[in-house]
Amino acid sequence: MSFKHDIVIVGSGLAGLRAAVECVEEAHVAIVSKVLPTRSHSGAAQGGITASIGNEEEDHWEWHMFDTVKGSDYLADQDAVEIMVKDAPRVIYELEHMGVPFSRNAEGKIAQRNFGGHTSEYGKKPVKRACYASDRTGRVVLDTLYDQCLRHNVKFYQEHYVLSLVFEKGKCSGLVAYDLSSGELNLIEAKAVLLATGGCGRIFKTTSNGFASTGDGLNLAHKAGIPLMDMEFIQFHPTGLYPLGILVSEAARGEGGILRNSLGERFMERYAPTVKDLAARDVVSRAILTEVREGRGFEGGYVHLDLTHLGEEKILERLWEITSFVRIYLGIDPVHEPVPVYPTCHYLMGGIPTDSDGRVLQDESGTIAKGLYAAGECACVSVHGANRLGCNSLLDTLVFGRRCGLAMKKDIPEIEPDPVLDEPLKKGKEMIASLLYRKGSEKIDGIRGNMQVMMMDYCSVFRDEKGLNKGIESIRSLKTRFSDVEIVNKGRNFNYELMEAVELGHQLDLAEVILLSALYRKESRGAHFREDFPARDDKNFLKHTLVFREGLRYKPATITRFKPEARVY
Amino acid sequence: MIIKFRIFRYNPDKDVEPYYQNYEVEASPKDRILDCLNRIRAENDPTLSFRMSCGHGVCGSDGMRINGTSALACQKLVKDFEKNEELLIEPLQVFRVRKDLVVDMDPFFERYYSVKPYLITKTPAPDKERLQSIEEHREFEYAIRCILCACCTASCPVNQNKATETYIGPAALVRAFRYFFDSRDEGSKERIAVLDSKDGAWGCQTKWMCTKVCPKEIPVTKQIFEIKKRILESSKGDLK
Repeated sequence: MSFKHDIVIVGSGLAGLRAAVECVEEAHVAIVSKVLPTRSHSGAAQGGITASIGNEEEDHWEWHMFDTVKGSDYLADQDAVEIMVKDAPRVIYELEHMGVPFSRNAEGKIAQRNFGGHTSEYGKKPVKRACYASDRTGRVVLDTLYDQCLRHNVKFYQEHYVLSLVFEKGKCSGLVAYDLSSGELNLIEAKAVLLATGGCGRIFKTTSNGFASTGDGLNLAHKAGIPLMDMEFIQFHPTGLYPLGILVSEAARGEGGILRNSLGERFMERYAPTVKDLAARDVVSRAILTEVREGRGFEGGYVHLDLTHLGEEKILERLWEITSFVRIYLGIDPVHEPVPVYPTCHYLMGGIPTDSDGRVLQDESGTIAKGLYAAGECACVSVHGANRLGCNSLLDTLVFGRRCGLAMKKDIPEIEPDPVLDEPLKKGKEMIASLLYRKGSEKIDGIRGNMQVMMMDYCSVFRDEKGLNKGIESIRSLKTRFSDVEIVNKGRNFNYELMEAVELGHQLDLAEVILLSALYRKESRGAHFREDFPARDDKNFLKHTLVFREGLRYKPATITRFKPEARVY
Repeated sequence: MIIKFRIFRYNPDKDVEPYYQNYEVEASPKDRILDCLNRIRAENDPTLSFRMSCGHGVCGSDGMRINGTSALACQKLVKDFEKNEELLIEPLQVFRVRKDLVVDMDPFFERYYSVKPYLITKTPAPDKERLQSIEEHREFEYAIRCILCACCTASCPVNQNKATETYIGPAALVRAFRYFFDSRDEGSKERIAVLDSKDGAWGCQTKWMCTKVCPKEIPVTKQIFEIKKRILESSKGDLK
């Protein structure tokens, strides 16, 4: 089948929905998602959204900007960060007006709480900047935006999996999507295509990410010739629930939770004397694993997150969801016992390079890829640089999702649609047929499992040249094995094995991009820590990595207000 | 240990009737039922279909019947069923089966939308936030836990009964409650027009199944009762 819209958005998480809400009154908008509405991974965001609205104590966007830049280890593009933090208060009030049920303070205003790396007076002490709805902030914002989309008649192609982007005369003109419910292929033509497909945490064994976070959009863009930027910067969240990797929100520490090693010590005092447990995530993750390596962790490789001094009322009111996870999965009650935690792969700082209006950039000189846009975790503006601060991700999706919507609305009247030929649909059919009918001896699960373990071993919190080279060797052999995968399920409806095969192809490609980016960044910055190059090297590496299909190139980071300085918390 | 599963199978493309298939899986007591299903799919039978997304009870994708009770497969552990000889896995009731454990959720979302699940306001928005006290927020706090997994609606005897299946169901009513009792909302009249009907709040026969199965411990039945009470009160007094 063939369909036409003005704008097609891939992904129904916060960035995609926010973009749709922005342009639906002026354009015919469709959203394509491989999951049902409200099942996207944005819904798993717990802690909050940052904005310097100062409801609890004095705050300024300049402080928010400084923290974000320092958190990024000075790699974020400061012009983009300035746009984001200045827009943050508007975002919060807009969501509140749409109906988001933010938690409240005694004055009836939106309540705010502490989060890692967010400070007042340029790093002096923690500041309450995160606006939240208990510990289900992402989910309630997702629901609210979905309802707005329904209200404005956004068309949803749910459970549709995008196989390829269609380019005509150098311009993105649509996509080919596989309908999971029927096995049919659909060509969806559009004047503008927005990739809002989220992250790729499922490349790693231990992750807070949902099953759908396989990085499809990133690799679709890369296959179409778009470079991927700063892919070495993968955030490991310090407090994944041991041994599952499920997120235990930083809000737990924001509300006063303390990390302790097996000796009962509050070890963060040694790593971040000023803000302690509220240091940036990369700092805390390295601290936890250093404690474990030096024999002060618990057997299996974890530490304790102690909430017991917070009291039952506060825990249940502000941290109900995570309390529920811990009770269900570990049989532990956080009100009375410490919670075992260890770092878990959480967020991709890098992604598809865009300008501050979501237009995809196809090279280091900023040439725009016509018709193609990206927003949210799959995009790299770059506002997070080498390490993202907590609660800045929801802000990113909402600020740049909206700006992307505005840009598409502005751009589409000038775009003459080129007729799309049958070729892409034919190619899609051939791709499905070749996957379904090839014979082989390998299974998806085995290759995926090996990839996930290998990436933990060589490319997680601590990295070095030897390991990264081993990783590259390993990923190339996994790719060879992948060409020998046989799909047993030949069915047409809800054939998840087939979808997972395509996903795995993307994951393997992205794993290689991540390893290569990490190998060539011979310094340590933010979430990228090289044991063989433990210091930051601004002289050689204050620049963004761009991985093209034919090799790596770099482009300088934009520095405006804050010159790089030593990063101490 | 080895766990025995008996799983509902149906592929409308080729099966005349649904049937049950037996599987055995190596599992540990702390494994999620979802982990076991994934192991079955990876090791025994890639044709088995079920939905999943977050894997920890936030997205609401993997609602299904486990030994007869609606639940999220990612929130139930093997040890929860230690006394059972085998685990019976079936799709949610009420909804049409599209394949195996995958059901048609479209009617669910249509009914959900019928309750106007958005804030209705008449007074212009202030420059900053609308104020709401902590107590006012508490009124509807439990309702915002809802993840639209449909376990409640699928378990409701009223929705299961062919004679009363047009009842909009507990999940839609929880969302209605969430806005009806939000102090910022000014759409009570519009909401009552939807809720004050035999298929609206009055469809509830207080069977408590929704409350019993809710994975988020929402007092669903009580909230439906509060909606009914407010509809009755509204006939006496002024509403926004």
